[in-house]
This record gives sequence, structure tokens and C-alpha cells, in this order.
Amino acid sequence: MLSVDHAGVVTTTNRLARGLLPAAEVGGLLDAVAPQWLVDAHAAVPRRAVTDADRSGAAHTVAGPVPSETGPRWVEAYARPDADGAVTWWLVDVTDLRTTREALRTEQARAAFLAEVSSRLLGSLNVQRCMEITAELATAHLCDAALVIAPARRGRHATVVSVRGRGTTLGDLTGDPAEVAGLAEALQGFPPVPSRWLDPAAAPEWLVPPGVGRIGSVVVTPLPGHGVPAGALVLLRTAGADGEGVFAEDEEMFSRLFAVRAGNAMSAARLYDQQASITETLMRELLPPVVQQLDGVEFAARYRPSQDEERIGGDFYDVHPGIDGDGSLVVLGDVCGKGLDAAVLTGKIRSGLRALLPFAGDHLRVLQLLNSALLDADDTRFATLVLATVRRDAAGACLRLTCGGHPAPLVVRADGTVEEVDSAGTLVGALPEVVATTADVRLGAGETCLLYTDGITEARGGPFGDEQFGEERLRRALSQCAGMPAEAVVERVQMLASEWIGRGVHDDMAVFAVTVPRGQHLTAVGGHGRGRYTA
Amino acid sequence: MTGSHVGAHVEALWEAAVAGDEYAATDVVLAALDRGVPAETVLLDVIGAVQRRVGAEWAANRIDVAQEHTATAINERAVAAVAQRTRVRPTAARIAVACVDGEWHSLPARLLSEVLRLRGFHVDYLGAQVPTAHLIGHLHRTAPDAVALSGSIVTRLPTAHATITACGATGVPVIAGGAAFGVDGRYATRLGAQAWAPDARSAADLLAAGPLPRRSVDAQPSDDLPHLVDQEYTMVSRTTPTLVKAVYTGLERRIPAMVAYADQQRLHTAEDIEHIVTFLATALYLDDADVLHDFLAWTGAVLDARGVPAAVLDPALELLLDELRDFTRAARMLTDARARLADTATAAPPAASA
Repeated sequence: MLSVDHAGVVTTTNRLARGLLPAAEVGGLLDAVAPQWLVDAHAAVPRRAVTDADRSGAAHTVAGPVPSETGPRWVEAYARPDADGAVTWWLVDVTDLRTTREALRTEQARAAFLAEVSSRLLGSLNVQRCMEITAELATAHLCDAALVIAPARRGRHATVVSVRGRGTTLGDLTGDPAEVAGLAEALQGFPPVPSRWLDPAAAPEWLVPPGVGRIGSVVVTPLPGHGVPAGALVLLRTAGADGEGVFAEDEEMFSRLFAVRAGNAMSAARLYDQQASITETLMRELLPPVVQQLDGVEFAARYRPSQDEERIGGDFYDVHPGIDGDGSLVVLGDVCGKGLDAAVLTGKIRSGLRALLPFAGDHLRVLQLLNSALLDADDTRFATLVLATVRRDAAGACLRLTCGGHPAPLVVRADGTVEEVDSAGTLVGALPEVVATTADVRLGAGETCLLYTDGITEARGGPFGDEQFGEERLRRALSQCAGMPAEAVVERVQMLASEWIGRGVHDDMAVFAVTVPRGQHLTAVGGHGRGRYTA
Repeated sequence: MTGSHVGAHVEALWEAAVAGDEYAATDVVLAALDRGVPAETVLLDVIGAVQRRVGAEWAANRIDVAQEHTATAINERAVAAVAQRTRVRPTAARIAVACVDGEWHSLPARLLSEVLRLRGFHVDYLGAQVPTAHLIGHLHRTAPDAVALSGSIVTRLPTAHATITACGATGVPVIAGGAAFGVDGRYATRLGAQAWAPDARSAADLLAAGPLPRRSVDAQPSDDLPHLVDQEYTMVSRTTPTLVKAVYTGLERRIPAMVAYADQQRLHTAEDIEHIVTFLATALYLDDADVLHDFLAWTGAVLDARGVPAAVLDPALELLLDELRDFTRAARMLTDARARLADTATAAPPAASA
């Protein structure tokens, strides 16, 4: 407590006040003993009749630093004006409270930052995006410029550079990492190295992004992650006056926490990327092929695997262009089972059939050879399939069709009549012998032959939720497809079946249309140019 | 611009499309390009115009399903022909263009892809029938600057919402477009899309203007649609087949002639009921009764064009209301829909609206 009269002379002090302001003695001037902020506050206290608010001391509260032997103390001062123009000041030392509050605020800010780091980085499985986010976050919270450097790939280090307020740029590292102490080791990931402080003067020019100014400190931190090297993080702070731009000890520790999160996200993204590209490569062979017009006959297909998140399943189709006017061979089939295991078997069957193409003219022989191959394999699974040899001629197309345990294809005539192809046979890969009959079908302009798997007809759903789509509905749908292009036919069938299923579960579904275009130009054999007009 | 020329090209392409003549269609668009009509105009004001006409003619029962599918397939080829003729080196941002899963109308998305390509964007056209899982895998692998999501069927909006949310979770912003999102794009923002465009041109302009803002990755789907906590959407959509059965049985009791319905007629009626339930579910999802009203008005017009009286709608709504009395929002929407249907019936006799 400290009382000061209207002339600014100290009239009373107590022990605690003298503890904070050792020079404050009775009879001395406040100006001489108190810090300037308190002198100013004293002058600003209004001199007037005392109010209730004044009595509670709430009206005039100030705070400021007071020097002491153990460093500055933080003092809050509450003023209480008296009637005669004197003011009584209560002084409270709040240094510890203030330090605690500040620490709490810093921790809260860091926790919020780490939460932001986690949620932003966890959202992406893309390496480049993770690097960009890391660099953005680093310059937003930790430093003035940051480099996120990826491990070498084909001799290059992909690098994202971020400068505060100027966004990020992606490029390759322009210098040799070996020129920066600790960087090459950090990029290798093994053995683990701690963060390295660099003499800013020794930092090579290529490490400092253009326009950043004089560097006050540089730290190189490895990005550890999932046991694989994820790269390195370089944080730069520009040099400021009196020691600014240097990382404090707790800031450095905090940067490491940040680096761990960033590294984990980047290595997860890199592992995902590797796996995804392996899967893509392996799957390319198993994906249904893109089919199109061939020799003036339209081919179109649609495929929907039973698991929508997979792109492959147990149904398959292929078109093999004929050699020397032999006619193209269309294959559509269904192996028992679903998912990846089934897809692998379709891959074997498809490559087996490719090898059997020289015998494509004799469907039964192809089925028999495939049958023995499947029986010899360890796999106990079997398949159903339909083979169709398609030859274009002046009047339309001539099809030879053979079913091996497969639903018979349907033919849509130009007038909307739907016929079933008269071919039947046994499963392939189940019995020692295969028997099958072959049917010949002629297609005129605007007519389509539809090959499909039982996933279409056995689709369950409909408005009541529990009916099969059935062959009858398929026939009815097809009767409206006379004269339609092959693409439109398969889309229509696939759409009706999908809408029938709604959100229900379903089997693999494949449809394949062979269509002779209506009133169409006859494309010159093997070419895509304009041909002779036929209708 | 040479408006009358464009009109002539539209007419010619329309003829070729409904005739199913791919070569004539290709000739029309290539001739337009040769005459100096800008590729973007050919795509949007010739092919796009024909496609809009296909939709309108089908609704008016002037072309059948086969012609509709045929014309659409031919239009797709016309787009391909334009695309092949006009190659542009990509210099701008990378955009993934996809349709809402379950969407069959892929042409608008295809047209947007080609327009963006012409304007120098690096476009990945994923097409129709893209399960969200594939789209997300694509986003992780390619990290595009934005996803352009096309939707024309309102009842697919719950799926669209899931897709938009999933894109947001990977940090990629979404620009939505197409009839499903409403004429003013109101559903796009409600479902958390960062942007909406009324047509392909404005979408391209918007994307060219700069990067779209990114959504907070912590956002949850429920943040967009707080009313979903009442579970009414979930209950109605999950029990759709049961509701359809109940309404169908009720209708049979009321309309004795239905007992004699052939399988095909029975199916059509059941499908109509199913549509009502699905649109109601969507209206509940979006908390917007207009979804149901617009559908009923459109159905009335389509039935009318096919000579079927729209009078069957009201008994169906009433029976559905009986089933859903305990659902506050659903009951309110159905009651409201019946009142509005009654108003339209007295205001304009059905024969006048075709």
C-alpha cells in the first residue's frame, strides 16, 4: 500500500510496497521512486468526489513491470482516490500468475496448432499435398521460410518451398544436399540424426529462397515416419534486432513434434502411393478392356463388380480382332466366386484364351482345351462362358455362338422381337469332358446380340425390394432397344438392372452388345474412314 | 455471334441424333468447326442444345426411350469428334470431373470436361457411375485443385453429399453443377460444396478466376444438415420397399380395377409409388418440401402427356401419410403436398398443361 498526496508526495508506505519499490520513502516524490507507467496512471486518476466504484478499487487498475534484483516483476496497481486529492495505491505482485497464464496460453496455442497439423495432414494421402501442407503450416507458425525436401527419386529431390505470405512452390532441389551439414543424413533417414543447427553464414545460397532477406538461424530436422525416410524439413528465420530470429529451446522441441507428425503423414502418403501404383499395374491386366467398333460392327460393354469399391470381379469379356477375315472373337464369362480371387482366375482364363486364338474357329475345341487347363490347375473353381465369332458381310453380320454353361445370349430383331440363341453346353473346369452346341445367327441392320452374365437376371430388388429382375424383364427391356447403337443398348440394360437393385447387394454384372448399325455406312475393312452406304 | 447459323447446326444435329446417324452427326459438328464456330459454342450451344431438346421431347412423349438413348449416344460421339479435332496443351489447374454415383446422365459432365480442356485445364474425366471410393482414390493419387461434380437427379443428392464430404476430407474443394443442385444452386451450398455454377461456361469462368477455398477437414456431414438428427430420412429410406408395399396394397383396396393389373402395369404403379417415397426421403434429407412438390408437378405433366390422369397421386400420398403419421416432418410435407396438388387441380385442368 502506498499513499500519495495531491502534490505527488508519498505520505504512507508499508513493508510490502517497499518490497516492490525499495526507494519509496515517506516524504519522497512518486516521480522519483515509481516506474513511469505508475506515475502516468497516478496523474490520470480523476480528482473528484469518491464514488462506489472508486471504493471497490475497480475504476482505476493498471499493471506494468517493476525492476528487481531477480529480474522484472509484474505488478498490478489498484488506485483509490481520497476526497482531498490524495490517492491510495494497492500494489499486487502478479508475476507468477502472469507467467503461468502465459505458459498456458502458449501451450493452448501449440495444442491447437498440433491439432490443426494432424487434421490437415491426416486428410491427405498425396505426397505432394502433404509436403505443401507441411511447408504452409511451418511458415504460418514456426518460421519465415521452410523447405520440405523429399528423399531422392531418380537422383532428384522433390522440394516444396514456402515463404511466409507468398505461398508454396514445388520444384526440385537445386543444390547438393551434402553441402549442408546434416541434410544428406536426414534425407537418408538412417541412422536417425538429431536436428542440426547451422551457422546461417555457412548456408549455401540455394538453400535460401529468393527474397527472404538475411537469415538469423537455420535448423535441419529429419522427418521420421513409419520406419521409412520421409525427407527433411529446413526451417529458416530471418535475422532481426537483438537475438530475434533464434529458436528458443522449447520452440526447437516443438518443431520436432511438428516434424514427427509431418513425417508420419508424408511416409503414409508415400507408402499409399507405392501400393496404389503396384495395384494399378497389376490390375491393368484384369480390368475389363475398352471395346469399340470393329470392321463395321459395333461392340459395347458395361461391367459392374459386386463390390462397388473394387473395379474387378468374377465377370470378364474380351474382343480379339480376327486375322485374315476370320472374324473377331468375342468372349464373355463368369467364374464362380467374387472379388479379387475371382478376378485373378478371370485373368488366367483370359490369357489362356488369348493363347488358344489360333483355334478360335473351332469353339468346342477351345472350350475343351480351356477345360483341361482349368482341371489341371490347383484351383477347384470353374467358369461359364460364351464364345462368339463375328463376321461382317454385305447384308449385316454373321455370328457363330457357343455357350459353355452360360445363359444363352438374346437377339433383338429390328422389329423389337427378342429371340434366345439356341446354344447350350456344360460348365468349363468342372467335368472331364465338355459338350456344347454351336448356333449360327444372322444380324441385320439395327439388330443386336446381347451377351450377359446371370448377375443381371438374378439381380434382386425392384419397388417391393425382393423380386428378381429375371429374364422376362430383360427381354422386355431389350424389345425397346431395336435400332439402338450398341453403346445405348448396354447402357440401357445396365441402368435398368442397377435401378432395380437400388441400394441392395448384387453379384458381378456384365453385358456385351454386338450390333449392326442401322442405315449405316459400311466402314472399309480395318480402316476407320468413310465407307460405302448400305441402306 | 451468328445465332441463326448455330440454330441451323442445332437442327441438323437433332435430325442426325434421333435418326441414330453417327456419321451425319459427326459431319454436322465438324462442319460447324470448319465454318469458324468456336469449339465451345459447338459443344454447349449445338450439342448441349440438342441434348436439352432430347430431355424435353422425351418428357412430352414425342420421342420414346429408344430414341432418347440413341440420341444421347450419338451426342456423345459428336462430343468425341469435337474433342479429337481440338487439342489444347494443358497449362492451367488440374480438375477432376465426375458425376454423382448412380447418375446416368454423363453428357453434361462430358461437355464441361471438354470446355475446361479447351480453356487449358488439365482435366481428368472420370465419367458416370463413379463409386465415391474410386473418386477418393483418384484424389489421393493425383491431388487435383478441384473436383467438378455433376448431378441431374435430385434423389441422388444424399449420395452427392457423401461424395462432397469425402472430397472435403481429403482437402480438395468441390464445385457442383447440374439440375439436381437446384436452379439457384441452393443444394450445392447446403451440402457443403465450395462453389456452384449454373452451366459449364460459368463453371469454367469460376475455376479460371482462381483456386477455390478449401473446406475445414474437421467438418462433419451433420454440420451441414442438423435436421437429420430426427432420423426421419434414415427411417423412410431404409423402409422404402415396406412403404411401397403398404401403399400398393392400400391402393388395391381403393381401386378395385388394380387387382386385374397385368404384371407390367403392377410394376409401373409400384415404381411410381417408389418414386414418391424416394423423393419424400430426399425432401426430408434436404429439409425442403419443394423437392417433393416439384416432383409431383413434373410427374403430373408427364402422366398428362401420356394420357394418364394424375388423380392417382393423391390417394397414394394419403396412404403414405397414414404410414408416416408419427414422423413430424414427413407428415407435414405430405399434408402440404396434398393441399398444393388439390390447388393445382382446381386452378388448371390437366389437359391444359401439356
